[in-house]
Amino acid sequence: MRDVAIIGVKNTKFGELWERSLRDIVVEAGIGAIEDAGVGGKDIDGLYVGNMSGGRFVDQEHIGALIADYSGLSRNLHVPATRVEAACASGGLALRQAILTVASGYSDIVVAAGAEKMTDVGAQEASSALAAAADREWEGMAGATFPGLYAMIAKLHMHRYGTTSEQLAEAAVKNHRNGCLNPIAQYRNEITVDQVLNSIMVADPLHIFDCSPITDGASALVLAPAEIAHEYTDTPIYIKATAQASDTIALHDRRDITTLDASVMAAKRAYEMAKLGPGDIDLVEVHDCFTIAEICAVEDLGFTEKGKGGIFTEEGETAIGGLIPVNTSGGLKACGHPVGATGIKQAVEIVTQLRGEAGKRQVEGAEYGMTHNVGGSGATAVVHIFSRER
Amino acid sequence: MSVPRFWRKLDSRYNLKGTHCVECGEYFYPPRNTCVNCRRQGQIEAYRFKGTGEIVTYTVIHTAAEGFEKQAPYTLAIIKLDEGPSLTAQVVGSSVNAYIGMRVRSVFRKLGEGGERGMIYYGTKFIPVDG
Ligand SMILES: [Zn+2]
Repeated sequence: MRDVAIIGVKNTKFGELWERSLRDIVVEAGIGAIEDAGVGGKDIDGLYVGNMSGGRFVDQEHIGALIADYSGLSRNLHVPATRVEAACASGGLALRQAILTVASGYSDIVVAAGAEKMTDVGAQEASSALAAAADREWEGMAGATFPGLYAMIAKLHMHRYGTTSEQLAEAAVKNHRNGCLNPIAQYRNEITVDQVLNSIMVADPLHIFDCSPITDGASALVLAPAEIAHEYTDTPIYIKATAQASDTIALHDRRDITTLDASVMAAKRAYEMAKLGPGDIDLVEVHDCFTIAEICAVEDLGFTEKGKGGIFTEEGETAIGGLIPVNTSGGLKACGHPVGATGIKQAVEIVTQLRGEAGKRQVEGAEYGMTHNVGGSGATAVVHIFSRER
Repeated sequence: MSVPRFWRKLDSRYNLKGTHCVECGEYFYPPRNTCVNCRRQGQIEAYRFKGTGEIVTYTVIHTAAEGFEKQAPYTLAIIKLDEGPSLTAQVVGSSVNAYIGMRVRSVFRKLGEGGERGMIYYGTKFIPVDG
């Protein structure tokens, strides 16, 4: 297997982009990443695109072909394009597929993109599309919603470990603070713990401000074999590990409701592959679709013990300047969560940080960064580790 | 949810019918035809659960799932059946105050309504044993 580097990145603005279509945003991200990498269309050997539910959100499938076409890679160049789907982990999985094809030697320059256009449908329809990531027949038909599933994780976490609603809220407050420093973030306003606790209850104990929003957005990055990365950029960022794990589709079948075993296993595989441990990681983008998900993530990825995620967050250890800065982009909560794009956006944030180009939210001297992307309530987890040095 | 999709598993939904692997002894609900422990070496047979169990965790859903709007707010729980497997179901009954560890038993109830097609479907919910 060959070492792989990232040589170009681009995020679109995240938010409610009423005037822009799915193809508009994904082409902006794709072309932006290609320009950042300084490669031409003729150099591109393949395209992977993470997209969860084009069919439900914009009535469009065959997203790979659509995106290749509107990126100018089809009619003359016939670049192979593959859509990857794993619910909210679609982006992370698209990145992993792109890495594997470059590492194997089958392709050289490959684009990994992710996109979701979610605001063309109403909130109820969007929620219903997202609920399809759970077990439709045995969770959905009982009346489960996505916030409802994570609320049940939160309820047990609180019962067993004494985690509080205030501690959950602290994750959202911190992510909004980071989002203020990220020009592409959907929400660039600070919020308080009281505002979170006083926002409407969606599924007890989760309030609306414990939940990530509905977002339009696209992200892309360009991969190359490490040995030629310097021909394109002075600051290639290297992939140290790509890892993935599965767990039961339904939350009720898990070994432990408060642990995402898929996250634990993906992280374990990633640490082994990179020959690193949690203490080596300088910053991480975790999958905070709900505040409780961030609390579980910092535990499952090994940054703190199981059950200590709430207090760890409350004590500021996950803020910029803390022990392990978490979600400097603003996370899914404040930067936004266009589901198919999220896994790629996380990688774009880490690359930006490791290049030292993150401006006011820069983690000084960051050497190693990690991304953690989850599908459903934890049936898929994808973890990547990135490094400034090869 | 289409009519055939619901009818296909009607017996399981109405009667809490799952499966049991004779080889390793594990019980499955919802039913599985491949044992997660023994895989192809497993020996699966049908099993009707007693319908008693305990709340592992729960939530009160205020923003309802599609088709459940009229029931909101409703209590949704993960219930561990006495035979071992866990399932997701609503806990109902006048003034339910669910708690972790609460003993519950299954009852036959209306589950939800299927949008424009107006289909009403029934299945298993749970009530407190002492309620
Ligand atoms: Zn068995």
